[in-house]
Amino acid sequence: MSKIPLQFRHNGRDVAIFVDGGTNLLVALRELIGDMTPKFGCGQGGCGTCSVLIDGELHLSCLTLAETVAGRSIETLDGMKQGPNLHPLQRAFADHFAAQCGYCTPGMLMAAKALLDRNPSPSRDEVIEAISGNICRCTGYEPIINAILAAASGRVSA
Amino acid sequence: MTRHRGRGMASINYPIGMNLGGDPSQALVHSNPSGKFTVALSSIDLGQGMKSVTRQICAETLGVPVEDVYVDTADSDTGPHCMGSFASRGTHRVGNAVMAAAREARGVMMEAAAEELEVNAADLETDGRGNIHVKGAPHRSISTKDVAIAAQFKQGKTISGRGIFLVPLSNVDPETGEMSPATCYAHACLVAEVEVDDETGDVAMVRMDSAYELGRALNPRLVEQQLVGGAWMGVSHALYETPEPYYPDPVHGPRDFVEYLMPGPGDICPHDIAVLERPAPDGPFGAKGPGEMCANPVLPAVANAIFNAVGVRIDDLPITPEKVLRAIKAQGGARPQARR
Amino acid sequence: MLELRKDIFADERDDNLKEIGKGTQRQDMLGHVTGTSNYFNDHKLQGMLHLKVVRSTQAHARIRRIDTTEAERSAGVRRIIRGTDVPVNLNTLLSLINFGKDDEPSLAVDKVRYKGEPILAIVADSEREAFEAIAKVKVDYEPLPAVFDVEDALKPGAPVVNETYPKNAFIYHDVYDHQRLRFGDADAALASADHVLEQRYQMSPIEHAPTETNGAIAAPDTNGRYVVYTSTQALFFSVDTCAKILDVPSNTFHFIGGTVGGGFGGKVDTLTEPLAILGAMLTGRPVRYVFGREEEMQYGPPRGAERIYIKDGVMRDGRIVARKIRAYFDSGAYTRLSSYAAVKCAAHLPGPYTIPNVYGDVYCVFTNRTPATAMRGFGVTAMDFAIECQMDKLANLVGMDPMEFRILNAYRDGDMKAHRREAKNTALIECVQVAAEKAKWPIRDEFRRASSRKDGGGSRAAIPPTPTESRARPAAPAQQRTSYDRAPVTATREPPREPPPPPTTPPPPPPRPSAPSHGATRFSSVFGTRRR
Repeated sequence: MSKIPLQFRHNGRDVAIFVDGGTNLLVALRELIGDMTPKFGCGQGGCGTCSVLIDGELHLSCLTLAETVAGRSIETLDGMKQGPNLHPLQRAFADHFAAQCGYCTPGMLMAAKALLDRNPSPSRDEVIEAISGNICRCTGYEPIINAILAAASGRVSA
Repeated sequence: MTRHRGRGMASINYPIGMNLGGDPSQALVHSNPSGKFTVALSSIDLGQGMKSVTRQICAETLGVPVEDVYVDTADSDTGPHCMGSFASRGTHRVGNAVMAAAREARGVMMEAAAEELEVNAADLETDGRGNIHVKGAPHRSISTKDVAIAAQFKQGKTISGRGIFLVPLSNVDPETGEMSPATCYAHACLVAEVEVDDETGDVAMVRMDSAYELGRALNPRLVEQQLVGGAWMGVSHALYETPEPYYPDPVHGPRDFVEYLMPGPGDICPHDIAVLERPAPDGPFGAKGPGEMCANPVLPAVANAIFNAVGVRIDDLPITPEKVLRAIKAQGGARPQARR
Repeated sequence: MLELRKDIFADERDDNLKEIGKGTQRQDMLGHVTGTSNYFNDHKLQGMLHLKVVRSTQAHARIRRIDTTEAERSAGVRRIIRGTDVPVNLNTLLSLINFGKDDEPSLAVDKVRYKGEPILAIVADSEREAFEAIAKVKVDYEPLPAVFDVEDALKPGAPVVNETYPKNAFIYHDVYDHQRLRFGDADAALASADHVLEQRYQMSPIEHAPTETNGAIAAPDTNGRYVVYTSTQALFFSVDTCAKILDVPSNTFHFIGGTVGGGFGGKVDTLTEPLAILGAMLTGRPVRYVFGREEEMQYGPPRGAERIYIKDGVMRDGRIVARKIRAYFDSGAYTRLSSYAAVKCAAHLPGPYTIPNVYGDVYCVFTNRTPATAMRGFGVTAMDFAIECQMDKLANLVGMDPMEFRILNAYRDGDMKAHRREAKNTALIECVQVAAEKAKWPIRDEFRRASSRKDGGGSRAAIPPTPTESRARPAAPAQQRTSYDRAPVTATREPPREPPPPPTTPPPPPPRPSAPSHGATRFSSVFGTRRR
């Protein structure tokens, strides 16, 4: 099978890989780049655990052909920390105990970041809409919604 | 079209641990030379908080700060046997095993401290902040770190402990079903308020109020996680979920999250919870286990609330709009019951 | 919003603890929010192969022939594994505690018993190549009649789902096709009750739907052992199951569980580990076997369906005097854990209430459906749904407030439970009182003053005379469903269907040691049929 060369920015760093035709971005990130933060939940676009930002916009990496991100900028949870410090959203998720098994958390955090990056003070309904593509089986969503609202209003621990 | 509100309730109990017992778990606790402790388990954390709750149990039993304890799980080479994370057995069974192991380790730690302070171990107590001192004489004190160093390099003692917890297996009488299924039970009562649309059969959750009795809330935040998430799952079971929509006909099974319905973040409702603590005599610090029973009262409470709202009984789960609508039609329209 | 009601049962607790009772942050939270928590699938191994299985397209069929000629030549295929390659191709999960007979192959050989049953495993260089090879496998089936309904499955002449249990029911104590519970004389009490209400309840199957699907990665280790990264909820359960199926000592394996991405009971069955390890043994390479979402949804074991019939006798004053229950657990094609749940369910009867006459028959039934397994609330969730809907109807029937009705019938310290053990450490009444208070649901003073610690025991501690089976057990009566909420209350009084049995004085139950017995030697007497 012929390999396709592919270059893009991954969390602020230029990367280059060879992918098989048809490889999706989730597989490219996990197996070729080694970034394990996006998770496989369904491979069908139904659960949101593989959510990443492409040029700042929320995308499902499992439904994104790797070839299509050439030259673009990918953000994952692996790049969310600000240096050694947690991003306010990460602190808010911790403060609110907004994770149990933690498997949906990377996708939830990326969905939340996509929201706050374009709308720094969302309403509860806007938060709900922003995470509606992300399935959580543990928390009942309430702590996640509260965490995102708290991060937006700056109510997070140091 | 009219939306009808109704309230329903249900109360339940739930057995803790594998039915009939016979399900042991083990734990190992040991200190490093800096007086920091590791708990080794083969038990699994699948989100319920196994690592966190056993960490607190270990710290409390040793008498050291929780930061001085780290729990390592899920390794068959380093962790001793555990039956597994199911049957509401984690807190009760594994918690007890950790407690036993920590007690043994504490015994060695106190002996080592006694040797350093030249007193009787029985006269010592821990302050929970990393120090051991003579009862009534806090100035005659030694840090757990210094005790660990002395034990390791001077006294040649291992500050470690082994623990196992086993509820012995019960017999079952084939004729009467006489048996000892569990040593303790958690309890709950939940009130659900719903709004039923008599034109579409759609049921929306309005709010829930509940009381859960758990023996002891070892960590109220973890308890809250289980109860909030578990009640959500209860709503989901009551109103949404099935892989076989026309059971027992096995057709039309779901293949993804588009076909398998669960309430999303927009479908949830406020839930006010009270936690009661009646310690179980054999629970670690009295704890039972909140993880499974939290969903159970929700299903019937929702069904009973739907009856209160529109006067129909749906005895087949899940209570889909189709079933509600057919039942309303069959009785010639919604019949709201006395408002509660 | 969570409120701790420290005022209740305060005298039974020491609240002066340092770490217990604190809302300490989870040890794993930092890993979760930074995405560094390790799940089984986050291990990337050099030269890893991928395993996928060929699944039955039939619910029930004899396998005439499996043709893998084309699949073997398919690109990237390293190994095709058949049932005959599995060292011990028959197992039942609870054989580890000597409960039940081996009844389930890892890979079906001569017959498939549910749609989706694994027949072959294909190990290939990539998942895609494994899927391409799967499409080239030809299985020639001879379809057999299938049965999907639990009560149909128990009828004479029903298709035999699982030859290990030819009557389509798990066998308890070597004699019965159900687990029994007998306490008092339910039939006599029903005959003299003011109202009798009989209802049917059905719980659907439920998918666990963890966000992380089931899976395992197995790899040859440097010392002749195999390291296995797994999503299991029960590490040693899985180790021992694999040791049995692969016929090697358990210390051949080093199992490493991850943080598990949700389980809810759906990651106990050890479905992926044995084949992943066998793949690694046969190829000498790391092998990954992870369920896709469709596989998880369709063929991952669900919470089984349950059908429950309840017949209650209640007096005008609200006291429940008899509860008779017949319940069917739909185990699917194999036992897995449903046999255990049926016993747990029998022990749970009649719910958290003190009812002087209780009669229960709980069946674990085989159908041509995906095998069911444990799920959150196993053995109890559906029964609680049935009992609590029934309680609401009974309260309605006698014109009582449902909260007060629960308190009136609630079990209290010192009461005798139907499984013949004294109730202790009860707290149902307090939960009802607090929930009523929180919901601003008014209940009368006498019910607000009730306590789990008062008014139990005494006559409520007695084990009532219980008729022997020959008299009390009719041959699986076809119970009628009665309507009630839609009819006036008076119409629900049923005449006794048969004359009340003549008063007999059954012998008192033989004395039994109340202390549970010890040790594994007793296993065989406890459970239905010992593994042979």
